[in-house]
Amino acid sequence: MDKVYPDVDSVIADIPDGASIAIAGFFTAGTPIPLIQGLARQGAKDLTLICMQMGPGNEDIAQLFMNGQVKKAICNYPFYRSASRGANSPVEKAVRNGEVEMEVYPMGTFTEKLRAAGAGIAAFYTPTGVGTVVEGGKEKRKFGNREYLLETALKPDYSFVYAQKGDRMGNLTCHKTARNYNPEMAAAGKITIAAVENLVEIGEIDGDTVHIPGIYVQRVVKVDRPNYFPTID
Amino acid sequence: MVDTVKKFKGLSRELIALRIANELEDGSYVNLGIGIPTLVSDWIEGRDIVLQAELGMLNTGPLASREDVEQDLINASCQPVTELPGSSYFSENESFAMIRGGYMDVAVLGALQVSEKGDLAGWSNPERGLPEEIGNIGGSMDLAVGARKVIIAMMHTTNDGDYKIRKECTYPLTAQGVVDLIVTDLAVIEVTKKGLLLREVAPGVSAEDVQSVTEPELIVSRDLQEIQL
Repeated sequence: MDKVYPDVDSVIADIPDGASIAIAGFFTAGTPIPLIQGLARQGAKDLTLICMQMGPGNEDIAQLFMNGQVKKAICNYPFYRSASRGANSPVEKAVRNGEVEMEVYPMGTFTEKLRAAGAGIAAFYTPTGVGTVVEGGKEKRKFGNREYLLETALKPDYSFVYAQKGDRMGNLTCHKTARNYNPEMAAAGKITIAAVENLVEIGEIDGDTVHIPGIYVQRVVKVDRPNYFPTID
Repeated sequence: MVDTVKKFKGLSRELIALRIANELEDGSYVNLGIGIPTLVSDWIEGRDIVLQAELGMLNTGPLASREDVEQDLINASCQPVTELPGSSYFSENESFAMIRGGYMDVAVLGALQVSEKGDLAGWSNPERGLPEEIGNIGGSMDLAVGARKVIIAMMHTTNDGDYKIRKECTYPLTAQGVVDLIVTDLAVIEVTKKGLLLREVAPGVSAEDVQSVTEPELIVSRDLQEIQL
């Protein structure tokens, strides 16, 4: 079994217009930046992006908005904290101008929607968001003496994930806080593309240290470690 | 609007954080939100308190100095941090399972408004003019409903002197009826079933002073004290 592609451009070449793509990473940690940059070159349009952040700590995603490639954003922390900095961000501008549709979920709900999709669960009840705008028109139900909201699974066409180490079968090992959304997004994606810092041969990863089993990963590409620290203020 | 801007000189942001650090019990698991809450970490070094970073880490250490900065080791505010003996890593999903599952003893969160019933509004300032259902929710809603105890760290009024402690929140809610304790530059206030109990006041500030910048009526504790730091 060999899931390795020669480079970033070939591993994302077939992504069509209108695709939904989950992008892992918590601000800078564990974000597959070379795949996002590749997507900007590849040019697919009308994309639905599923990613925690949509600009702060991730200027490369902002570039997809500037390119007009994004139709919809499903996220958790889309804006800069500073209103003045936000007003100049392409993401906030696109939302204010009505050019991009946006859905925001609480962080735990966001990740659980992806986990559910990867685990064959259609929907789940969570106490988070009851009594807030997150309720929207969602079903509310009481279990015991507590109210819960029904949230549905979110299954992306593609998932972009990042790992410190990966083998040719797609077994992945993450590093410290760079694990974050990677395991659940890997499982959720119909086609999961892993950008790995270190590509190793089968057998070189101790099975006890695998965070993402290769069954969830369809494609692997070796990338250089992106290295920068943006701010989120 | 109340005309009390800078009328009362209270605690600095750092000292609000210190007062909250003193409230935390040894042996507890704690999550610190963005803003003043993050400063609490400066006051608990060496204590038996485990901090959680919601992107997937327990026992988060102090901020990293320049030579220790690691891109793969950050806290939820995107600041490079360090690890401690006993640190562990896990996925974001497990992190929020922990939070909703009731394992966090305390969440220290910032707030834009808190109501006398303990409602919390902290994720969206409508004055920014964005559509009302979108904004930076982050982990706040999960922490507010999941943590066993919610402590709010904030300045007592807005920069314009408007009430932040209100009869009803007018900003979008983070969660209903979740706040246990409010620590501000002027006071320590407990949310009780009977209403807001004023327990402590900042040095040089009276109960009447605190009431004048607080919309709902405060119940003044029989053993009202000056905040001890």
